[in-house]
Amino acid sequence: MTTTHELTFPVHDAAEILKLRAGDEVVVQGHVIGIRDRTQTRIFDDGREPPIDLSGALLLHTAPNVRKLDDGSYEKICIGTTTSARMARFTEPLGRRYGVRAICGKGGFPDECIDTMRDLGMVYLAVVGGAAALETTQIEAIEEVAWEDLMPECLWKFRVRDFGPLIVGIDAHGGSLYRDVQERARRKLEELHARL
Amino acid sequence: MTALTATDLQHAVEDAAAHLYVWALKDIPQDLRDALAAARERETSPTGRRVLETIHRNVAVADDERNLVCQDTGIAVYHATVGEHFPLHPARIYEALRAGTARATIEHPLRSNAVHTITRERTGPNIGYRLPIVHWEFVADGDALDLKCVPKGSGSENMSFLKMCVPADGVKGVKQFVLESVVGAGGKPCPPGIVGVGIGGSADYAMHLAKEAIMRPVGTRNPDPVVARLEDELYELLNETGIGPMGLGGDVTVLQVHVEHADTHMTLNPVAVNYQCWAARRASARIDADGATHYDRDA
Repeated sequence: MTTTHELTFPVHDAAEILKLRAGDEVVVQGHVIGIRDRTQTRIFDDGREPPIDLSGALLLHTAPNVRKLDDGSYEKICIGTTTSARMARFTEPLGRRYGVRAICGKGGFPDECIDTMRDLGMVYLAVVGGAAALETTQIEAIEEVAWEDLMPECLWKFRVRDFGPLIVGIDAHGGSLYRDVQERARRKLEELHARL
Repeated sequence: MTALTATDLQHAVEDAAAHLYVWALKDIPQDLRDALAAARERETSPTGRRVLETIHRNVAVADDERNLVCQDTGIAVYHATVGEHFPLHPARIYEALRAGTARATIEHPLRSNAVHTITRERTGPNIGYRLPIVHWEFVADGDALDLKCVPKGSGSENMSFLKMCVPADGVKGVKQFVLESVVGAGGKPCPPGIVGVGIGGSADYAMHLAKEAIMRPVGTRNPDPVVARLEDELYELLNETGIGPMGLGGDVTVLQVHVEHADTHMTLNPVAVNYQCWAARRASARIDADGATHYDRDA
């Protein structure tokens, strides 16, 4: 039986994050911060301070399809999630320097992020990649956009309702579904190779 | 009736390209829907089932809201099969594909992904130097243009691999490499998808064939029975790895394996893998010599 949690971000109580175990299901309310490759190289490689508060945040690896309206705001067209592994190296500074609590993406993070997430009390939440039509209906509004020159890799603030289902891929206790699946698959590969 | 000019025909191709790009992004083909439904039936892991149910819900939402299935509008890849008597030169066909891609991107609007590969500066509305990409095929006798648009997302395209096996590795080396590639890719290419495998030819042509393989309707088989057996065997082997939907563990790792082959040099044994995500978007049309366009959901 899968355990399901409901969390409202930002989360400032570390205990909320510690409740989550790899394999649990999560549905999210509140706010989600959209971020991508170029956004993070600007913060960490170019040394620019992010103009949106990231403390306690759930970050979403995304670069949305949007339409700019006459009043300067953005209307959502299709918002989905990109592959996280490209951005693994930012996990440690995001947690340590900015207090990010959770990262939502698809495809998972490599094993070197497991200890970082445990030490900093962070979790990786897996969204169903490609399921952007559904994800778009769960985003109620685009409340803020910073660094528009990076379009679509800006820093986005979304208000969400019933965002999910998300699966805890890596928890804050050193658990990782991705590591477990890979370890089993590697053992299976040895057996399959012998059969070829 | 006035005679159709080359300009009119070029416009017809442009219209078709613009329509196909958006159509492919919104309405995934029936063979893929069937394969996803079958995957949902046979998956036994609770997490895997949850992922496949969510995929099913997502496809239904995209239908209802006429929205894109996935936000990654990809790089526009076309397959153009040009009949000998189709009265528009491929140079003009390419102009039309480029114009149609740009028009669809601006009018919808779609996210543009095209950048210069070194400076990373934006080029055009999903067009640029050598973008879009076209796979050309020329056939004797015909007078039509068969066009297929396959918008290719980066999550799966990044999971592309080439190995120059040696002849002594045999087909066993090919199988090992495909297994290693799919296990190594894990959840990154949005499994369960279609694993395109290109074997033989040369290094570049093997990868070209791997891309051709992912463009086929889901579950079609290579006409060469020796190659078709390899497709069946790889399909069975890959679904024993337990990678599962979105790499979170489960029975269904791939929806299908398609293999395309070419004869090769006696001392070559290339194998290329091009992964296609579960949202294996694809839309086709035939444009007749008189400009009449017939859209085809199953090609």
